[in-house]
Amino acid sequence: MFKAQNYAKVTSLTEALELNKKRTNKVLGGGCWMKMGKKNINTLIDLSGLGLDKITETDDEIIIGSLVTLRDIETSPVIEKNFGNFFKDAFTHIVGVQFRNCATIGGSVFSRFGFSDIVTSLIVLDTKIELAGGETVSMEEYSERDYDNDIVVNIHIKKGGRKAAYESFRNTQTDIPVLNCSLAYDGKKLYAAVGARPMRGKVSTMDCPDVENSEEVFKFFEKIQAETEFGTNTRASKEYRKHLSLVLLKRVYKKLVCKEGDAK
Amino acid sequence: MKYVNAHIRKKDAMSLVTGKPVYTGDIVPQNALVVKLLRSPHARAEITDINTAAAMKVPGVECILTYKDVPNSRFTTAGQTYPEPSPYDRLILDKLLRCAGDPVAIVAAENEKAADKALKLIKVKYNILEPLMDFTKAIDNPIIVHPEDNFKALCNTRTDKDRNICSSDVFEVGNVEEALKNCDVVLERTYNTKANSQAMMETFRTFTYIDEYGRLNVVSSTQVPFHVRRILSDALEIPKSKIRVVKPRIGGGFGAKQSVVSEQFPAIVTMKTGRAAYIVYTRGESMTNGSPRHQMQMKVRIGADRDGRIKAMDLYALSNAGAYGDHGPTTIGLVGHKSLSLYGNLEAARFACDVVYTNTMGGGAYRGYGATQGIYAIETAVNEIAAELNIDPCKIREMNMVKEGQTMETYYGEPCNSCTLDKCMAKAKEMIDWDSKYPAKKLDNGHIRSVGVAMAMQGSGISGVDIANAEIRLNDDGFYTLLIGCTDMGTGCDTILSQMAADCLDCDIDKIAVRGVDTDQSPYDTGSYASSTTYVTGMAVVKTCQELREKILETGCKLLGIDKEKGDFDGEKVFDLETGKSVSLSEIGYASFEGHNKSLSASCSHSSPISPPPFMVGIAEIDLDPETGYVQVVDYAAAVDCGTVVNRNLARVQTEGGIVQGIGMALYEDIQYNEQGRMINNSFLQYKIPARTDLGTIKVEFESSYEPTGPFGAKSIGELVINTPSPAITDAIYNATGLFFRSLPIKAEQIALALAEKKDK
Amino acid sequence: MIITVKINGKTYKDEVAPDTVLLDYLRSHGCYSVKRGCETSNCGLCTVHMDSKPVLSCSVLAVRADGQEITTLEGLQKEAEEFGAFLADEGGEQCGFCSPGFIMNVLAMVKELKNPTDEEIKKYLEGNLCRCTGYQSQMRAVKKYLDFKQKEEQK
Repeated sequence: MFKAQNYAKVTSLTEALELNKKRTNKVLGGGCWMKMGKKNINTLIDLSGLGLDKITETDDEIIIGSLVTLRDIETSPVIEKNFGNFFKDAFTHIVGVQFRNCATIGGSVFSRFGFSDIVTSLIVLDTKIELAGGETVSMEEYSERDYDNDIVVNIHIKKGGRKAAYESFRNTQTDIPVLNCSLAYDGKKLYAAVGARPMRGKVSTMDCPDVENSEEVFKFFEKIQAETEFGTNTRASKEYRKHLSLVLLKRVYKKLVCKEGDAK
Repeated sequence: MKYVNAHIRKKDAMSLVTGKPVYTGDIVPQNALVVKLLRSPHARAEITDINTAAAMKVPGVECILTYKDVPNSRFTTAGQTYPEPSPYDRLILDKLLRCAGDPVAIVAAENEKAADKALKLIKVKYNILEPLMDFTKAIDNPIIVHPEDNFKALCNTRTDKDRNICSSDVFEVGNVEEALKNCDVVLERTYNTKANSQAMMETFRTFTYIDEYGRLNVVSSTQVPFHVRRILSDALEIPKSKIRVVKPRIGGGFGAKQSVVSEQFPAIVTMKTGRAAYIVYTRGESMTNGSPRHQMQMKVRIGADRDGRIKAMDLYALSNAGAYGDHGPTTIGLVGHKSLSLYGNLEAARFACDVVYTNTMGGGAYRGYGATQGIYAIETAVNEIAAELNIDPCKIREMNMVKEGQTMETYYGEPCNSCTLDKCMAKAKEMIDWDSKYPAKKLDNGHIRSVGVAMAMQGSGISGVDIANAEIRLNDDGFYTLLIGCTDMGTGCDTILSQMAADCLDCDIDKIAVRGVDTDQSPYDTGSYASSTTYVTGMAVVKTCQELREKILETGCKLLGIDKEKGDFDGEKVFDLETGKSVSLSEIGYASFEGHNKSLSASCSHSSPISPPPFMVGIAEIDLDPETGYVQVVDYAAAVDCGTVVNRNLARVQTEGGIVQGIGMALYEDIQYNEQGRMINNSFLQYKIPARTDLGTIKVEFESSYEPTGPFGAKSIGELVINTPSPAITDAIYNATGLFFRSLPIKAEQIALALAEKKDK
Repeated sequence: MIITVKINGKTYKDEVAPDTVLLDYLRSHGCYSVKRGCETSNCGLCTVHMDSKPVLSCSVLAVRADGQEITTLEGLQKEAEEFGAFLADEGGEQCGFCSPGFIMNVLAMVKELKNPTDEEIKKYLEGNLCRCTGYQSQMRAVKKYLDFKQKEEQK
């Protein structure tokens, strides 16, 4: 458990930014992962007074506040309408309902854990991360960044552009994944990400006028398998992860084209 | 019979399901000191200097103890009958640290924050030594885990600490080498099992205080209150008469709490400071420094005729005691006795073993207690020879299994009085529909459905060692107080023993008042382990109730003014057989509290010269995904012979729970150490016990035999039920893939990569 | 930091440290049903309802409970007895240490899901670990309880 001296429930992002300049101060997400650390924190910065716990739909995007919980996203009708079961598939194995009622999207995005299902799912959609101070970066770029004292405010996902599907493999149902992958298609391009390698998901793209052409798509997957870096940890060896990557990509493809078929 | 063999709700159930404060941690005195341990980061090291001055200055710190402050008497933390077979190889705190997490210092403070701060300020200089981590290289290794002179082995366990041998043994029935020579087929195989964590939901915890009589009171989540009293007295060098141990409700044990894991630390703090003290282990501590299952390597030679008659078995087991020998010399015996004895027609059998010290965490008692490992090895070897001979693995068992009426040569020569293993086999096959499912089917989605089988046995108490006492009193108005010293750890023994008492006394179960153990008040009992409670303590209860019945009859007849032979007792009244004139139990109760009568109570001891085995057959049906290697147990059929089933609900839940723990052992639970010898996966985040979505259905049926030496014909059930999943699942995986995996757990990775390799060839 | 929290219908105003978790805060107010089984947000033993949602009280900071309504099993004794009786009749409480958190999540599930399938029940409850029972008896109890509730509604 971390230790904290002070607590500040901020009333504005400016206040949060100011406090967060100090390295020993930390922004509080849901607390589920943070509590497993042993940090000595000076001031805990709580954004829960800023109304960032809402999912809003505009004409061209979905905006998810950083304090929206994983479970909120899973059960949101707006999310379901726009992305079907994509996020449900991605989040459903994360520990349990109670955990997902606590863990926040902002905390997950900021943490960018190597095993993250959140990063691997968001990264294949047209996702932008809005940081306090006005900067907006793509999920892809944010995933590559070093940890800094930025504050995740909102997650913007473009509507209507991409259909996506998600697969993960876990040694047990509620464990963190041995490997996860997502695949999205916008009518022209395929976007594939393989995560929990045990490193974060990275996007590979392929020009793909005909998504039903599985031969071409599988070549693309084999290329991903050959070029992606995999690692070994307590859950699995890099050889196994490499083996699994192709299995999961093919499965997620099947799921995606089935969905496409349904849409037609 | 009204209660025995019925579905009875546990007497304490409603307080548990409504969340009442009945566990150790719920009743800690307000002013208790918080006790925490500084633990060794090294697997093997010597403390060259330890400085607590800065830590002592933290406001709120009451005391800090190091190896300089503790008694120098070595003891074992294994909760066993004296003289314990486990060597005396521990101190409360030692200068030499033998595994990562070994305690270095004890801190007691007013609150958790102060204790945590003090832990950080203790300055320790370690002479870091190379650890001995590979137990297969332990014997005669230049690293000696226990170099100390005051090490002591009380029993003849062939201990040789200078060779890192905690114990060794060998027995042979017939001539194995000769018998193997005469077999058509002989297989030689090696099997490996890892340590497993019991992972009971309530971690280790204890609080202590000095009571109004100046005695040390120990309130602890333990399975062995009387052993705790004796062990603490030895460890603290204080008289046994000065210690009282109380066991509240326990949040699970599974053998973990058959060792003194947490008691000694608050106890010594209370002795030093006079203040109440409380320790609660974190999940991490419970996993790195608890009392897990012994890691083992087993070599099996098995020989059979071409027609499937198994003639000889030779089993050698190497067990990793880890840093301390708790339960080391005793668990190993079960590896042989409770696996080989499943087979009744062997011409010869041999079992040899060594238990060795290393610098991994010390082992302990975990449900199954060696039988689990031995049965995994022997049952897998039988499945391998069945495959070799192209015989259905159920059929080879039907041909060779032990039968009622046989003498079990490899089981201390005990008679097999009660055994329905044959019926269990038939039932389990029917439950899973073996004949249409064996060996495997390919599904449309590419997955493979397959089945696998195993048999198992255990004991019922430790013959000639376990002893139980029961006491029962008649109170005014005719209700009874049942006093027992065995510990209900959620298993329901308080209830099942009350069921037996109610049936013996022909009364309503609500007329039996029962409570948890208090060593000052409860009659002596070795404790709840070795599957002894129902069988051994149950018999003590039956005998005690019979004695009390006689006394009630005697007093009733006296009140009626007739000879004892002329009256009878029907549970509600004593009546004159001739006239029908009666005196009610309530009246007898009141009368027994009056001056000119005797108050009525009875007390009996029971121990058994034999330990009748319960038996079972388990069949696993799995769904295997050949691409990922993922195995799900979709269905599990268990047919169990535990003699008479005392409580149908509880026996069923014991079986289901044991099987799921066994599934965890077979497929997921995978203790790993890093290069420095620290356990990596010491949390529920990393050490995955089965969650409900990991499982399919589990079906349980009972094929009851009648054990003539047991209470109401009962035998044990608690441990037996963990033994079949590992070999049955291993067999099912073979039937799906054509590959035998010989190390547990069998993870998806091994299966997928082996299948991929097979495909490439 | 001073917080105002409604625990089981009663309002409390307390000074709490920023790093106190809700679990310890609740136990300090006599809610002993709330148990801790791990340090890694995995076991579900500490489940309570925060504004009707099941959460892990080991992971929620007490300061975050400010202005919220918290319910523990102490505040749901009638429901606990009602469902608990089904659990007890299956022998599904066993050691009972995970029962409060499990029951809190069952009660949340009953409110959230309408006519759940077996798979949906398992999914909703998968964050509640139990080492004694192997979960089968819990499932039987949940299903019998749901049947009972349905029949009660039809009356």
